[in-house]
Amino acid sequence: MTTQSNATTSRPGGATAPEAGPTSTGSKATRALGILALAAVALLVLLGLWWTPADVIQNESVRILYVHVPAATLAYLGCFLTSLGSLMYLWKKSRWWELVGYAAAEIAAIFTAVTLVTGMLWGRPTWGVFWVWDARLTSTAMLMLLLLGYLAVRRLPADYHVRAQRASIIGLLLVPNVIIVRQSVQWWRTLHQEASLFADGPGATIEGIMLFTLVFGFVTFQLIFAWLLVHRFRLAWLEEQVAGQGLTAAIAERRAEGRSASGAAPAPIAPPPAVPSELVHRASTTGPEVAS
Amino acid sequence: MDPTEIVAEPGPPPGGGPSAAPAVRLRRAVALLGSFPALAGVDLEVDRQEIVLLRGPNGAGKTTLLRTLAGLVPVTQGEATVLGIDLVRDYKAVRPRVGLLGHATGLYDELTVADNVRFWCRAARARAVDADAAMVRLGLDGRLRNVAVGRLSAGQRRRTSLACLVARRPELWLLDEPHAGLDQEGRDLVDHLVRDATAAGATVVMSSHELDRAVALADRTVTVTGGTTEDDARPPVPGPAEIPEGQESTDVA
Amino acid sequence: MWHDAMLVAGKDLRLEVRSRVALNQIVPFALLVLVLFAFALDPDRGLLERATPGLYWVAVLFSGLLALQRAFTVEAADGNRDALRLSGLDPAGIFLGKAMAVGVQLLVLEVLLGIGVAVLYTTQFAGWPLLLATVGVATVGIAAAGTLYGVLAAGLRVRETLLPLLLLPVLAPVLIGSTRAFEAALAGAPAEGWPWVGLLAVFAVLYILAGVLGFGPLLEES
Repeated sequence: MTTQSNATTSRPGGATAPEAGPTSTGSKATRALGILALAAVALLVLLGLWWTPADVIQNESVRILYVHVPAATLAYLGCFLTSLGSLMYLWKKSRWWELVGYAAAEIAAIFTAVTLVTGMLWGRPTWGVFWVWDARLTSTAMLMLLLLGYLAVRRLPADYHVRAQRASIIGLLLVPNVIIVRQSVQWWRTLHQEASLFADGPGATIEGIMLFTLVFGFVTFQLIFAWLLVHRFRLAWLEEQVAGQGLTAAIAERRAEGRSASGAAPAPIAPPPAVPSELVHRASTTGPEVAS
Repeated sequence: MDPTEIVAEPGPPPGGGPSAAPAVRLRRAVALLGSFPALAGVDLEVDRQEIVLLRGPNGAGKTTLLRTLAGLVPVTQGEATVLGIDLVRDYKAVRPRVGLLGHATGLYDELTVADNVRFWCRAARARAVDADAAMVRLGLDGRLRNVAVGRLSAGQRRRTSLACLVARRPELWLLDEPHAGLDQEGRDLVDHLVRDATAAGATVVMSSHELDRAVALADRTVTVTGGTTEDDARPPVPGPAEIPEGQESTDVA
Repeated sequence: MWHDAMLVAGKDLRLEVRSRVALNQIVPFALLVLVLFAFALDPDRGLLERATPGLYWVAVLFSGLLALQRAFTVEAADGNRDALRLSGLDPAGIFLGKAMAVGVQLLVLEVLLGIGVAVLYTTQFAGWPLLLATVGVATVGIAAAGTLYGVLAAGLRVRETLLPLLLLPVLAPVLIGSTRAFEAALAGAPAEGWPWVGLLAVFAVLYILAGVLGFGPLLEES
């Protein structure tokens, strides 16, 4: 299996994008992105809370949808990225893609949580209850559980490749699972009641500035998503690099352990003292060669 | 893993004389357990039909070395060739051709001795006759045959484990403390098995703390410390070994 | 691959015959679940009868989960994973073999639970072709998905807690599908149930494929 060599060779290529400073996950571009996202959030708050009118049917609660709908959409995008990243890891052994998938899964989990909470807050005044067994609500809850399963596995302590391997198989199955769950839940509900409660919700009835606000909500959440993704990815990348950097030192240390052991012991098989240092020397010369 | 490939493999290698490529050849091999370099640049060469003893303190890397040779732990740096298979390129390919006797026995407690030996034997595409012969050889015929492994003593479990290994007829035997937990008769039996295996063309690498017995059995002793090796018989400086290097690599390729 | 699958399935079933863990512990547990449902839902108000398909499949899932835990506890013991990796068995064959053994045990559980609901909940079974088809594809799906996620959790100290978290959301469509199909069959409207059988079949095929391809890498990690 060529796991190791491929992973190391993919590193320089993959590293071009995330070459951040060694102590920071930020850069000029991400700061600009962050400021843009903040400005967009401020504008969305103004649009959503003051500049748009209340809905004829849903009254003030319609304002939640400017957050709810974009968050839900991006949660699904995050899921898709996780599956894509997992696929690329299993296929090309791309560490870069794997970390993108992992970062996307965490953000997708947060966005799913936002979706569920805002959905329930919207549901209380609209339906009079926090929860109904609506097809979308139910499948979003299932999506959350699937994401939590992925993250639970991804975070189990183990060697990077072990973690990545395990999580990637679950990550790859995430999208098919989401599709099957959605399909089954949809059939399940539509058999019992009329179409989804959201059918006369957003999009269908709203227009003008309300439609603009909803679209602007998408843009805002995309900015937030991108900003979070870049930072989370870089953090994960740096974490893995810290773990990987110790290798050369760890090898030297391990060898020194042997040298001191055979030196300290009365040595029934006393080795010539020059030999181990010679070996260490050879190891240190091969180090950069292998890494390059 | 192609099953047809496995069928052809068990049994002693054709013409495995000393002229063939060495059974094991490691050059500065590094193997990681997590991020810990359990093997930190091992040099080891074992000729066919040789019996090599690994000695060294606990935690020196003997078990990892044996597991690496078995194709269970990938080699991340250096060169490693076992039975002509490049472990750096494909560390799994060597597995059907080696037999590993580890600390853990790899047996199913609820199954009987005969069930276990037959299962692992059939898994390796070995013949049922060999499974029965191995059980007889290890003294597991008669009453013990139909006893659940969970009820056996440690030594009897060890014998069952050995029977599985013998029945597979591996080309390379990797024995991790083969004498541990066995009675006098059992230890003698292990020594006999090892000698018979090498006579039939196999190669043996073992670790043992039973030094008197193991040194007498082995052709050569290699000391493992701190994830590296020091060959007791051969000069550790790779000067003379460098000469046949080119020759061997063409043989392997 | 099939040789290995039959070998592994034979080994697992022989193990069950010798140890009788499924028979002595999982089957009583499954029946206990049925009794507990009766305690929770008043049998006199007809709730049990109406909920029978759902309760039946929840009982199947819970007891199936125990069977899966058992199937991988066996492999987690004493270096068996190393032995499997060294054995020369095709990982796809190991997957299919373990899934087949789990499937056989599930089928036995399903038959016994069927008898259980017939007796305890006085369920009148109808629509046999749909019922049998549902049981068939649902069993394959549960066994395949369970085996794939089971090996993933097998080597881990947290397996007892991790497997349900991973597996139950994944099996949600199976629960929904098989329950609806049973309802349709019992209600005498099998036409409504067959699409669910289709969904269950898609699920089963997806997980057989995933298992055949993914079992090797999952077995590798130590």
